[in-house]
Amino acid sequence: MQKLLLLGDEAIAQGAIDAGISGIYAYPGTPSTEIMEYVINSKEAAQKDIRSGWSSNEKTAMEAALGMSYAGKRAIACMKHVGLNVAMDPFISSAISGTNGGLVIVSADDPSMHSSQNEQDSRFLGKFAMIPVLEPSNQQEAYDMVHYGFDISEKFNIPVLLRITTRLAHSRSGIIKKNSIKQNQINLPDDPHQFILLPVNARRHYKALLSNQALFEDESENTIYNEYIDASDKSLGIIACGISYNYLIENYTERKIPFPVLKIRQYPLPKKFIEKLYNECNEILVLEEGYPLVEEMLKGFLGKEKQIKGRLDGTISRDGELNPNRIAVALGMEDTKGKDIPSLISGRPPSLCQGCPHIFSFNALNKVMEKYSKGRVFSDIGCYTLGALKPFEAINTCIDMGASITMAKGAADAGLIPSVAVIGDSTFSHSGMTGLLDAVNDKSSITVLILDNATTAMTGGQNSSANGKIEDICEALGVEYEHIKVIDPLQKFHEINVEIMKNEIEYNGVSVIIPRRECIQTLAKKMKAKKAKRTT
Amino acid sequence: MKKDIVLAGVGGQGILSIAAIIGIAAIDAGLFLKQAEVHGMSQRGGDVQSNLRLSDKEIASDLIPFGKADMIISVEPMESLRYLPMLSPDGWLITNTKPYINIPDYPELDELIKEIESLPNNIALNADQIAKDLGSPRAANVVILGAASPWLDLRYEELENAIKKIFSSKGNDIIKVNLQALKAGKEFAEKNR
Repeated sequence: MQKLLLLGDEAIAQGAIDAGISGIYAYPGTPSTEIMEYVINSKEAAQKDIRSGWSSNEKTAMEAALGMSYAGKRAIACMKHVGLNVAMDPFISSAISGTNGGLVIVSADDPSMHSSQNEQDSRFLGKFAMIPVLEPSNQQEAYDMVHYGFDISEKFNIPVLLRITTRLAHSRSGIIKKNSIKQNQINLPDDPHQFILLPVNARRHYKALLSNQALFEDESENTIYNEYIDASDKSLGIIACGISYNYLIENYTERKIPFPVLKIRQYPLPKKFIEKLYNECNEILVLEEGYPLVEEMLKGFLGKEKQIKGRLDGTISRDGELNPNRIAVALGMEDTKGKDIPSLISGRPPSLCQGCPHIFSFNALNKVMEKYSKGRVFSDIGCYTLGALKPFEAINTCIDMGASITMAKGAADAGLIPSVAVIGDSTFSHSGMTGLLDAVNDKSSITVLILDNATTAMTGGQNSSANGKIEDICEALGVEYEHIKVIDPLQKFHEINVEIMKNEIEYNGVSVIIPRRECIQTLAKKMKAKKAKRTT
Repeated sequence: MKKDIVLAGVGGQGILSIAAIIGIAAIDAGLFLKQAEVHGMSQRGGDVQSNLRLSDKEIASDLIPFGKADMIISVEPMESLRYLPMLSPDGWLITNTKPYINIPDYPELDELIKEIESLPNNIALNADQIAKDLGSPRAANVVILGAASPWLDLRYEELENAIKKIFSSKGNDIIKVNLQALKAGKEFAEKNR
């Protein structure tokens, strides 16, 4: 059978299409973006009338997916790890209400922070929600486990978390497809109170969730995705979670590991397997991508048990992603590292593209801010975060989606006047609007620059949900019409842009400046498409 | 058969098109393949790399272990050296010599070339110039691929077929110039190995 060459993200998307989803909901975020992109571009998904398209943020995505599940159909919501924080409220409560149609939530973690502000481990959030968590170790399993995830979601009426990490998300491999499943019909929940989490219902549901934990554990004991691979040398037992198993076997020719290995791809942890390994082996080594979740559970609070090695005792570094070499060293093997990087090599950090409109926005802003003391510009998540680096050094914060406006407001409330927020159009629609309303209600003295490049640029140019509506939104939130200014961020308008920014930053109240010019990357893509159309 | 390849360059230089051509040729040859890419923030003018692994057996890790890469294929000279910890002692480094300078502290090109030529197995060529001479500056990537082709353990015709497939929508002229670019790179490598 012909294999499809797919990224881990794309394997999940194809898996969802074949598992009979009726809709996919997501907000772009590296390394999860390609799941939705694949479905948007899939002819098969279009033929099957599968709902796709970007949501305003992860919370709206998660809730819409839950609504589709309420209606009896299968839905998937996809996000990066920090996006799951945004969706946390419906995520936790959906575990209490339970689901109707199958519901799978994909969270793509980014250990080593290749494109993120932290390396949190979504398995903890799955454990916190008390739901089954799946952690495929390769692209084929990612594909297969979407099917399996929907099956157990419908078996237990529970949302299922599928956790992947950067290397699986963004690595390509051959996939063999399964037969595709028909979509569910609309079919509302049997219990009309299931989704009404009034305390009286919620208490009942919560007890049910607690008693279901034993069933989830049983499922983990019996699934094909948790495997006890026995071997004769019991001096060590290895627990390998998700992708770490691949790095482990990379170190053994013919893939024969002399020690017993427990390969984990489904949580809650299979207790009987863990007990067997613990009882039979002298020491345990835990390999897990992300935080030491399993290791901490095994170790116990006082650490008086048998020796458990992993990230907590320093056998493996506490932070950063795993690779074959780190595991080799943990097993006492030689590090095969080649020559050092020659000393003359310079770092090459990411930078704003040549001709990027943000460059001209930062040049004008820096000019205006010259007359004030430093440390007044609060920024956000997007390409413009690169304004923190040389030559601009124009921004002072980057914490989470939307925090620019609210932090500027808090600083202004503290007396740091003026305070300026710099946020992109997509981030503004994700989490900036409510903060702007707070600032308007408090008449905080801030100026908000909404850098409008008409796209979600950092993740590759996805639709931005407030496109064409930004001034209207600001005005509707109560920003005075005469203090909403649209400018064109080009060098030739530098003087006039400086003048407008200066006046608005001096204004004692909420003002909004919208430097508007399309991202040069999406513009170039459009021109190329246009040219291709003309020549064919 | 096993080939572990680090592809290197700067975000936007298009190392993934090299990966795509090798990928198609490998799949057509019935090989297993894994290819780890970089997406997201570092794509904006930063250093990027891709781990491409081919084998006749199933491949475990998406990442190549340090010191085990058979080749570094780079479209930029400084970037080729960034991945030396990945290269096996008898591995090959194939690189473009045309620098991409978007940082203030880019090292002296002569020093870089000296460093590259100090390696036992290296091919260094100005692929931009060769591509330009062929009348297609954008085919520099394919020149580099051609220079790497003698060590890929893939049949040359398979690479040619992959190029035909990848550029099929772009017309015969584009296919032709890319096949010429592949050949020019291969000839350079064979003369200078």
